[in-house]
Amino acid sequence: MTISPPLDSTSSPQGPSPAGHSAEHANHSLTGFIIFLCSESVIFLAFFTGYAVLKLSALQWLPPGVEGLEWRSPLLYTVVLVSSSGTVALAERCLSKGQLWGFRAFWLLSMAMGAVFLYGQAIEWRSLSFGITSGSFGSCFYLLTGFHGLHVLSGILLMALMLQRSFRPANYAAGEQGVIATSLFWHFVDVIWVMLFLLLYAWS
Amino acid sequence: MTSTAGVDTRILKAPHPVPGAPDNWKRFFSFNTDAKVIGIQYIVTALFFLLVGGLLAMIMRGELITPEADLVDRTVYNALYTMHGTIMLFLFIFPVLNGLNNLLIPCMIGAPDMAFPKLNAAAFWMVPVFGVILMASFLVPGGPASSGWWSYPPVSLQNPLGHLINGEALWILAVALSGISSIMGAVNFVTTILRMRAPGMTLGRMPIFCWTALSAQTIQLIGLPALTGGAVMLLFDLAVGTSFYRPEGGGDPVLYQHFFWFYSHPAVYVIILPVFGVFSELFPVYARKPLFGYPFVAGASLVIVGLSLIVWVHHMFPSGVPQWMRDVFMVTTMLIAVPTGIKVFAWLATLWGGKLRLNTAMLFALGGLFNFVFAGVTGIMLATVPVDIHVNNTYFVVGHFHYVIYGAATMGVYAAIYHWFPKFTGHMYYEGLGKLHFLLTFVGTNLNFFPMHPLGLMGMPRRVSSYDPEFAFWNVIASLGAFLLGVSIIPFLLNLVSSWVRGPKSPANPWKAIGLEWLLPSPPPAENFEDHVPTVISAPYGYGTGRPLVEHQDEIERALLKT
Repeated sequence: MTISPPLDSTSSPQGPSPAGHSAEHANHSLTGFIIFLCSESVIFLAFFTGYAVLKLSALQWLPPGVEGLEWRSPLLYTVVLVSSSGTVALAERCLSKGQLWGFRAFWLLSMAMGAVFLYGQAIEWRSLSFGITSGSFGSCFYLLTGFHGLHVLSGILLMALMLQRSFRPANYAAGEQGVIATSLFWHFVDVIWVMLFLLLYAWS
Repeated sequence: MTSTAGVDTRILKAPHPVPGAPDNWKRFFSFNTDAKVIGIQYIVTALFFLLVGGLLAMIMRGELITPEADLVDRTVYNALYTMHGTIMLFLFIFPVLNGLNNLLIPCMIGAPDMAFPKLNAAAFWMVPVFGVILMASFLVPGGPASSGWWSYPPVSLQNPLGHLINGEALWILAVALSGISSIMGAVNFVTTILRMRAPGMTLGRMPIFCWTALSAQTIQLIGLPALTGGAVMLLFDLAVGTSFYRPEGGGDPVLYQHFFWFYSHPAVYVIILPVFGVFSELFPVYARKPLFGYPFVAGASLVIVGLSLIVWVHHMFPSGVPQWMRDVFMVTTMLIAVPTGIKVFAWLATLWGGKLRLNTAMLFALGGLFNFVFAGVTGIMLATVPVDIHVNNTYFVVGHFHYVIYGAATMGVYAAIYHWFPKFTGHMYYEGLGKLHFLLTFVGTNLNFFPMHPLGLMGMPRRVSSYDPEFAFWNVIASLGAFLLGVSIIPFLLNLVSSWVRGPKSPANPWKAIGLEWLLPSPPPAENFEDHVPTVISAPYGYGTGRPLVEHQDEIERALLKT
């Protein structure tokens, strides 16, 4: 499965080691993952567009009895989520310097911040007086926040996987690709949330 | 390493050096990660569903041979055309094209396999899974989805029996799985083409088929998520009771049409672009001339990608969209004719003065081109808002669509299957049976789909099982054509099976074609060139120029002859 050198300068002769197979395609994995993220962003774009169209054409947007969304505590959780992008970047910097424990600490902190965000989301869902069937507004609100929440959860799981991999001996020569991909995913999820916050809470 | 010494000994000494991939039939029924096995899996699965979808079409044409609704019940008829469209698109044409992509892309660019072989196998095995889900919908109470392959709400949101598992829900599930499978495939194809080309094969030296595959898969990546998002909302509306498309809760049914056509119009280009690639590969081989205007043919594919994303509203001219939108989308739709026209003229210029070899593959390519030009003319008619509103929901649209999908795309797929059959099975097909298949297909296609145009202009509505007796004449002809098409499959399948089992052995390059895939033995070994990928030194399609395609081409060809 080796590709000739002019194509793939990073795939140095790995030998037939069991890890060789995945390491060999690591470079392509990142390319593939970036292509996938671009594609994934279109789903959100579709949801955002649907939301905007429904909101702009609605005669009565909010369900009866609902005045608007409380934005203060969601803003707090937004700050938590957005700063977790910073801690992910710090973790990556530690990794590039070879400080494995620093990487693990910041990585774990980012996971915790993601979990706090999800917790805040759960509390907010429980406090709301409308449900997913309460007209277009309820449908859009729960779909958008729920779909984004699923992405946060996937991000946390991906980070857990990378954290577990960091304990495998001599893995991080090849494992960095996964870390880069995961952190890209995390930044992506954060950017989506900022847009979502502006659409759902700020635009009223 | 592309060292010279190893070229002829390592890769070419045996016809089946397949360590790890036993050369037996069982590998076609396993989770095999070899792109060539997956390609054949895709194509065979797709041909099976072609028979299923074709059977439904036969029943429909049997119904339409008389003006009365006498053969099947009207509700059954609704299910028939819904499932016919869904099966043919999601289970025949997309899988068969992905099969060609799997067979051709790695060989054409000199890669050992796809970039992500396991992902590739997973993407394929989702096809039988959602195929079974879709077939299972025939068995649930209330029958399969009956709201057309586009599943517009509010029709698709009706669930009179109230079951959670109903035909429509299974339909949405199958379409969503198909979308995920296609996205997985698209990530794989794009990464492979961008990152795994042979040394010396710049983008400007890449075969046109790879250009068109790259363009088509880019459309998949941009368009499919929109459809998937729209389908998720439809499923929520149907199963949970949300109000994305339900007008009574403030939803907008037309919003679904935007999501649906934002993908499903470009989907037509996903289908036709690889077929353009097939035409571009075949005409130079069988005319013995270089492809005319290579950079323009390649660039036109990218222009089609860009334009394909801004034409979708032409499906919605009568759906209550504002007039400015109609005007804009009419113009963008007509602009598609420019890059497409560039390609057609490039092919004609390639054929012009060429020494044509009319074997089955070439006949199918020429027939496909003829039908495509016809479909293009009716396409321009349909792009015009007044004409579109006049013939909306009539057989004119059905006729146009089937000229594209069967007349051009499926015939192009047949051309590709015949052309590369010797390469990937190692056996020649039977010319006589092939030409019979072509004759039946070409006559059947035109008999079946041409009458739909006068019928549409006369005002015969589509999607109904009975019609006014004044439409009977053309309908009888169309039905006879359809039955002829049904018969045409017999020599095709007979040819494939018997040639593969006992056809004469194929040399490495039976058509004297130029391309990396023809520098491999027939069938190619599991890892293609392995680590002896030749270095490409000139542009593709160098017919009649005498320039070698790769370094040390003479040695490679001599070694191939010895095997």
